[in-house]
Amino acid sequence: MTSGKFGEYGGQYVAETVMNSLKELERAYLHYTSEPAFKAELRDLLNDYAGRPSRLYYAEKMTRDLGGAKIYLKREDLNHTGSHKINNVLGQALLAKKMGKTRVIAETGAGQHGVASATAAALMGLECEVFMGKEDTERQALNVFRMELLGAKVHPVTSGTMTLKDAVNETLREWASRLDDTHYIVGSVVGPHPFPVMVRNFQKVISEEIKEQVLALENRLPDAVIACVGGGSNAIGAFYDFIGDKEVRLIGCEAAGHGVDTPKNAATIANGTVGILHGMKSYFCQDVYGQIAPVYSISAGLDYPGIGPEHAHLLDIHRAEYVPITDDEAVDAFNYLSRTEGIIPAVESAHAVAYARKLAGTMSKDKIIVINLSGRGDKDVAAIARYMGVKIHE
Amino acid sequence: MNRIKEAFKNDKKALISFIMGGDPDIETTEKLIFALAEAGVDLFEIGIPFSDPAADGIVIQQASVRALEKGCTADDLLNMVKRLREKITAPIVFLTYANSIFAYGKERFMERCADCGIDGVIVPDIPYEEKAELAEVCHKYNIAQIALVAPTSKERTEMIAKEAQGFLYCVSTLGVTGVRDEIRTNMAEIIQRVRSVSDVPCAVGFGISTPEQARDMASVSDGAIVGTAIVKIVGEYGRDCAEPVRQYVSRIREEMDTL
Repeated sequence: MTSGKFGEYGGQYVAETVMNSLKELERAYLHYTSEPAFKAELRDLLNDYAGRPSRLYYAEKMTRDLGGAKIYLKREDLNHTGSHKINNVLGQALLAKKMGKTRVIAETGAGQHGVASATAAALMGLECEVFMGKEDTERQALNVFRMELLGAKVHPVTSGTMTLKDAVNETLREWASRLDDTHYIVGSVVGPHPFPVMVRNFQKVISEEIKEQVLALENRLPDAVIACVGGGSNAIGAFYDFIGDKEVRLIGCEAAGHGVDTPKNAATIANGTVGILHGMKSYFCQDVYGQIAPVYSISAGLDYPGIGPEHAHLLDIHRAEYVPITDDEAVDAFNYLSRTEGIIPAVESAHAVAYARKLAGTMSKDKIIVINLSGRGDKDVAAIARYMGVKIHE
Repeated sequence: MNRIKEAFKNDKKALISFIMGGDPDIETTEKLIFALAEAGVDLFEIGIPFSDPAADGIVIQQASVRALEKGCTADDLLNMVKRLREKITAPIVFLTYANSIFAYGKERFMERCADCGIDGVIVPDIPYEEKAELAEVCHKYNIAQIALVAPTSKERTEMIAKEAQGFLYCVSTLGVTGVRDEIRTNMAEIIQRVRSVSDVPCAVGFGISTPEQARDMASVSDGAIVGTAIVKIVGEYGRDCAEPVRQYVSRIREEMDTL
């Protein structure tokens, strides 16, 4: 972990003002994560506080219904705070505390990372401020209140498209103005080095557990691991330990919104080109002059015009594949999983469920698919009702 | 690059202005450059508007939005500089985020810069560690790759200064661009560190809004950069901004000339 590059991607494309803080963070990260005491403390937090290891559930009805590969759900939705985000946040908040920081700031899209950050901050006695696109504060009003209940201050971001990318810009600005006592808890495998490496390492527990659990149940590796991709933290977490196992297909599902051929989508791999934003070189949705495109998805968590640099590299070396899933397909899958298995998934995770529905039937019954169910859908119920034209307010 | 050297050569301190290209439109930007020249500006920074200016405060963000709404592109600004070059002899540099150059094509961008009479580029999101991204093409087309040092640079200051080209942009405060009531950073100390390893001219920017601040910052360095305060006037007066900007910048020039 020195160059911070994944092939040609990644790097540290940030203002000089924050460079020393990134160096300090990298040093602290390497120091503490090699210490047995830190590792033990984090493991205890993940197990006793967040509820790890998360379950690997055999979705028998879904398997029977689709008539092909055996489907397992990795239940990150059962973690404390309702998604995989807590894995990374506990790691970074603990690190921030060891570094003597007294305040954490975070960006959030759907609000899951903001809620996780506010939670960890409450637990560890850190001040917490969350930046959230104004449009997202309206789409996810419940999560805003949840963060406030946890003692965090939420700043609605009104610049640009008022969504996740603008929240990242605003959090970067805030960090550059107050570095001494503040750590920026980046929520995905994006941003300048060391964030993509650090966040991946805090999330890779997902794939390590999947491997152990599938081996115990089936005595073999899965044939495919499917996860949704915005910035890509749950996906890299679910993929990482399988990267060396070439027989395991790694499939990321990106948000195609109204469709990849329409102006309203967030399908970075399908439509993006290589560029530089938020401290990293990667793929981005942009025009010929490099202006970042206003992207769209029903899912606030996937509504991001870029993708983590390690995913860009995995794509280039043909180790992972990325497929677009539309709003309609995701909402269908949201309903499908709710009715078939009694599990309401986050609309983000529903993108992965949607692709599994297409894939399972094309595979024989002796094959195994693992879907990373990255979050639960409680936060999405109101938005899905709106999408389906159902009035739930009196 | 020699034009930059000229700008710092005379006895007076260099006055550097920043305006956002295409704000509120290209025609006004052209008029502004002449007004700034008349007010005694020695070096012009022109911003290329970008959708996600993460190093800028609200005033310059809004200027970017205004320029982009009018459809301003890098090509429009390159063509404008080429026209200006018939009359303007002072150095002109682009202040641009990395993605604008990268999307245009690094080589093609620098080639066009050289052809249109651009002397340098300031790229706030390319720090020392990533400067190789542009070093080769900048060298090939004789475009100065202007580096920044910040109050947080500390021991990095010497490393950056040693390889600095054109002039060194010394950031006076933490955070993003924008006016500040007072500048508390000890700039003299930062410039001392630079001087210990390099004789590159140092200009101080970020937060300067009054003639007195400009004078104070220039007194410990080789020049002062005024950006947000000018862009604010542009935002206020729109297409009629040239004269109020000229008056404002003339007052800064007068105050700096008392040094």
